[in-house]
Amino acid sequence: MTDSLLQVQNIDVFYHDFHALWGVSIDVEKAQVVSIIGANGAGKSTLLNTIAGVYCPSNGTIEFCGKKINGLTPYQAVAEGISLVPEGRRVFPRLTVLENLEMGSYLPKARKKKDEILKKVYELFPILSERKNQLASTLSGGEQQMLAIGRALMSEPKLILFDEISLGLAPLVIKHIYQRVKQINMEGITVLLVEQDIQRSLKAAHKVYIMQSGRIKLSGKPGELSPEDIRKAYFGI
Amino acid sequence: MISILSELKVPIVNGLLLGGLYGIIGIGMSMIFGIVRLINLAHGDFVILASYFSLVTMSLIPISPLLTLIIVIPAMCLLGFIIQYFLLNRTLGKGMNPPLLIAFGISIILQNLLLLIFTPDARTLLSSLSVKTIPIGSFINLPTIYVVDFIAAIITVAFLSRFFNRTYMGKAIRAASDDDGAAQLMGINTKTIYAIAMAISAGTAAIAGVLVGMTFTFYPHTGPEYLIIAFGVVIVGGLGSLIGTFLGGLILGLAQILGAHFLGPGFQLLSGYLILLIVMTFKPTGLFSKG
Repeated sequence: MTDSLLQVQNIDVFYHDFHALWGVSIDVEKAQVVSIIGANGAGKSTLLNTIAGVYCPSNGTIEFCGKKINGLTPYQAVAEGISLVPEGRRVFPRLTVLENLEMGSYLPKARKKKDEILKKVYELFPILSERKNQLASTLSGGEQQMLAIGRALMSEPKLILFDEISLGLAPLVIKHIYQRVKQINMEGITVLLVEQDIQRSLKAAHKVYIMQSGRIKLSGKPGELSPEDIRKAYFGI
Repeated sequence: MISILSELKVPIVNGLLLGGLYGIIGIGMSMIFGIVRLINLAHGDFVILASYFSLVTMSLIPISPLLTLIIVIPAMCLLGFIIQYFLLNRTLGKGMNPPLLIAFGISIILQNLLLLIFTPDARTLLSSLSVKTIPIGSFINLPTIYVVDFIAAIITVAFLSRFFNRTYMGKAIRAASDDDGAAQLMGINTKTIYAIAMAISAGTAAIAGVLVGMTFTFYPHTGPEYLIIAFGVVIVGGLGSLIGTFLGGLILGLAQILGAHFLGPGFQLLSGYLILLIVMTFKPTGLFSKG
């Protein structure tokens, strides 16, 4: 309980009439990597986006550092220390790499330490330093993903949310990026990631949640879950 | 050949100088079009409102129209901020029509408000600049006011370009125009950002309004005339590029004055729009649009 950074309790989320999340609860401890797996449409991205303030839950609470944060807008959630790397990367195509990173430290608190954090991000992803004056739209998919991660780190988050960071990337690039995720976590930043690749998730995480049709079906430490249970929870059969 | 060139010197220089003024009329509209995806039908009326603001200021304090900018620019910026923040922001994400209607409504309200207060009389911002000329060599006499317009336009473009490329706020405006949702994830309050963009746009309308008022006469209903010019400039220059908008202004101004020179003064407007049609036929995205 004392180590809990993020507590999502019994939240329901609707898109207009569609009930997307049903009484979802998760608990993320400090400095851990927690991953959420599930098939397409299971509600993983919705959950991440709700935590980041993009959607507002109609029921339940989200507590971050002991403070209730549901109902915040995305830009307020960033100020609390939650940073989302959105699905599809969403870098700013007509801004340069450096300008993209600068936007990550838009908030005054982060802006003061911009140079210091920027140095760290460049150490993590040296390619970004080489390409800092290029337009983001000219980067390859993997480089754009690195930029999206670097940009999210620029706000000095306590919790970073990764939404399908391996989507559409080559296996080698995915491996490289996951090594960096591990490195980010070792710096003390808590990681919550959403992934379709079960093996990769189990390997990276301290704890996994398996979602299906907007509900949490199974949770536990990767080593304690049997492949049989995981398969059942994932496919629902 | 040489005689034709020397004969054309005057209309070419005048066309370019007038084009500078057109550029600054169009630049605010181009900005908002590019950033908020909003066609601000009230932009022309913002320009004329600024002319009247300047007129009122001059009647209260006897200063040159150019100096009234110190008061007119902040006033217009504030108005632009309020209109975007409290009116237009409510229509974000609801399609093209609601903001268009609001802008159209603002345009009608402004015109009638000006009519009510100032009567339909022709006005102008009198200053000694309006009648002076600058002799260049022995053959051209440039109207000083046109030169002032042109220089003011260049300063404005340079200032805006610096703002958008060097400052955090400017970059945040560009980021929000690239991807609103992602900008919010960076901690950027995009609604405030849009309001600031509109404030800057209205600020450029303030500069345009004072220059227009010094160069031509204006009435409460002159706004739409300048809206059409702004439209022309934006279409010729292309969206999303400050320099493009400015060059679009130069082309439109040049086309008008040269048309008037060759075909007679009655053809001034027509020849501008002919160029517009030609550009739309061959490069519908505008001559200097990015991508």
